[in-house]
Amino acid sequence: MLSITHTDEIIFSPELVTKFNEIVGRYPEGKQKSALLPILHLVQAEYGWVSVPAMDKVAAYLDIKPIEVYEVATFYTMYFLRPQGKYVLEVCRTGPCCLVGAEKIMKHIEHKLGVKEGEVTEDGMFSWRGVECLAACGFAPVLQIGPEYTFYENLTEAKVDELIDNLKLTTANNTGALIKDASTGSA
Amino acid sequence: MSRKLLLEHINVPGIDTFDVYRQNGGYRAVEKALKTLTPDEVVEEVKKSGLRGRGGAGFPTGMKWSFLAKPEGKPRYLVCNADESEPGTFKDRYLMTYIPHLLIEGMIVASFALGAKTSYIYVRGEMMPQIRILEKAIAEAKNAGFLGKNILGTGYDLELYVQPGGGAYICGEETALIESLEGKRGNPRIKPPFPAISGLYNCPTVVNNVESIAAVVPIINDGGEEYAKIGIGRSTGTKLISASGNINKPGVYEIELGVPVEEFLYSDEYCGGIANGKRLKAVVPGGSSVPILPANLFLKTVTGEARLMSYESLSEGGFVTGSMMGSGGFIAFDEDQCIVRNTWNFSRFYHHESCGQCSPCREGTGWMEKVLHRLEYGHGKLSDIDLLVDVSKKIEGNTICPLGDAAAWPVAAAIRHFRDEFEWHVTHPQEAMERNYGLAHYADPLPPVGEPA
Repeated sequence: MLSITHTDEIIFSPELVTKFNEIVGRYPEGKQKSALLPILHLVQAEYGWVSVPAMDKVAAYLDIKPIEVYEVATFYTMYFLRPQGKYVLEVCRTGPCCLVGAEKIMKHIEHKLGVKEGEVTEDGMFSWRGVECLAACGFAPVLQIGPEYTFYENLTEAKVDELIDNLKLTTANNTGALIKDASTGSA
Repeated sequence: MSRKLLLEHINVPGIDTFDVYRQNGGYRAVEKALKTLTPDEVVEEVKKSGLRGRGGAGFPTGMKWSFLAKPEGKPRYLVCNADESEPGTFKDRYLMTYIPHLLIEGMIVASFALGAKTSYIYVRGEMMPQIRILEKAIAEAKNAGFLGKNILGTGYDLELYVQPGGGAYICGEETALIESLEGKRGNPRIKPPFPAISGLYNCPTVVNNVESIAAVVPIINDGGEEYAKIGIGRSTGTKLISASGNINKPGVYEIELGVPVEEFLYSDEYCGGIANGKRLKAVVPGGSSVPILPANLFLKTVTGEARLMSYESLSEGGFVTGSMMGSGGFIAFDEDQCIVRNTWNFSRFYHHESCGQCSPCREGTGWMEKVLHRLEYGHGKLSDIDLLVDVSKKIEGNTICPLGDAAAWPVAAAIRHFRDEFEWHVTHPQEAMERNYGLAHYADPLPPVGEPA
């Protein structure tokens, strides 16, 4: 499932490399590979997805083989291997959420955004997908939006509309603040 | 009111900050353990408490600690398992969000007991807000001298780090978690060797659930014997139950083990009964992996005794008529819920989350999902039901880790108790798409709301 989409040469910013260095410092000498998962999260937060050139750079930085990065990036579901919308709405589709209407919420998002699961809206703003249990079953249905992974809980169709409209407005005004009311999960 | 040990101060404003947590008696356990007890004495208190692993398996925590090898010249590690992803379970998220210092305090005491100088909290990647909360709490604790070099002047050094996962249920299995922490795919290891001998970086390692580690705090504060007085039989202490599904008050509840299930489900102190005036059809009492029980078997055991929220009582009757405490992920299903659809949903989850290492699990979970899908969507055959049982039996016990069992049990249990509903899906495919099979004989024995008892 590795996307071979061409991207330009990746150069990590000094700020990003400083963060990498801090993470590597958490593990014993010679065990820097442990930093792989957290570093891939940082890369994704920076670029929106993890491209092959970015993974190659990470491999070089950690002094491991590129395949060691690819096998990890393809195993874990949180890493996007192709470009996504600016906001990726990830809706929990597992049992407890479905008992209280998660399937209806997913249909509503599909209708509202006008794109199928995994596709990106024309303006590049949104994509959405169903994900497995997000460990928030008591506040179901729920969705999350990376890279901050802010949680939106006890969803209704009206709440989803409000959320999507707010995100559009936020981007238009470039205010940066995503959250209107703090959700339970993010305290 | 049930006694609260973990959530006692959960409603105190600002309890997520070091200062408020400290003012409410926080970090006393660290002071007591590091200044007045030896590591072995801490292990002894935990043994005496009878605390059983809160992640799902229920193995005694003190015993797990006492298995840790202590070879010369090798570091030992404590890793906290905060990869909470069992469907129906959300207690660890709650605890880390609202009272993060309880986990930090427990980590310090447990690390001291095990002789670990570096400890990790492996948090599932989706919980980025909780990761930020924990990192802030760690910084506060370090600032106050409870972490870092020479803690409280006792000469004990400890560094604590938070590690994000990548979104994989399998990493809740302890050896998969260790692989993931080493920067690899989350493929469970073949045991033995157990992590207590060779775990993280091939060093002796203990992996404990968030709630187990948090429970160490009241155990040290009050003593293991005091803790063991709470609860019933071998189910000692309090347990966090994540209640979800069709109930009036979903949420996290701390119970004294041994509360009758009927009280837990219907009293206003806990779940507050079934939502929308409906009746109870079934319950999954311990997270999606444990067998589902129809309402009548859940409320009373097959011998007619009232079932209790305890490890022993929930498993009374074995898998034939009982279930398991598991991780305490309590999912209630009302009369409108379709068991076939839910079983298909859970099967899809296990198929998605299988790491692919063992063929029975990799292939079997996929087959079960496909067969359940065609039953749910009206293309099933009667022979499919026995086929599912057959596949589930061939997965169970034939895999490196328990994910295979966890995938097999819910399917086998759903067919065991709700076979007529599966058959009805085959014989009435069109109707099954439009309406749910009735409550029939597995109904909640209590009268519907509004009728006299």
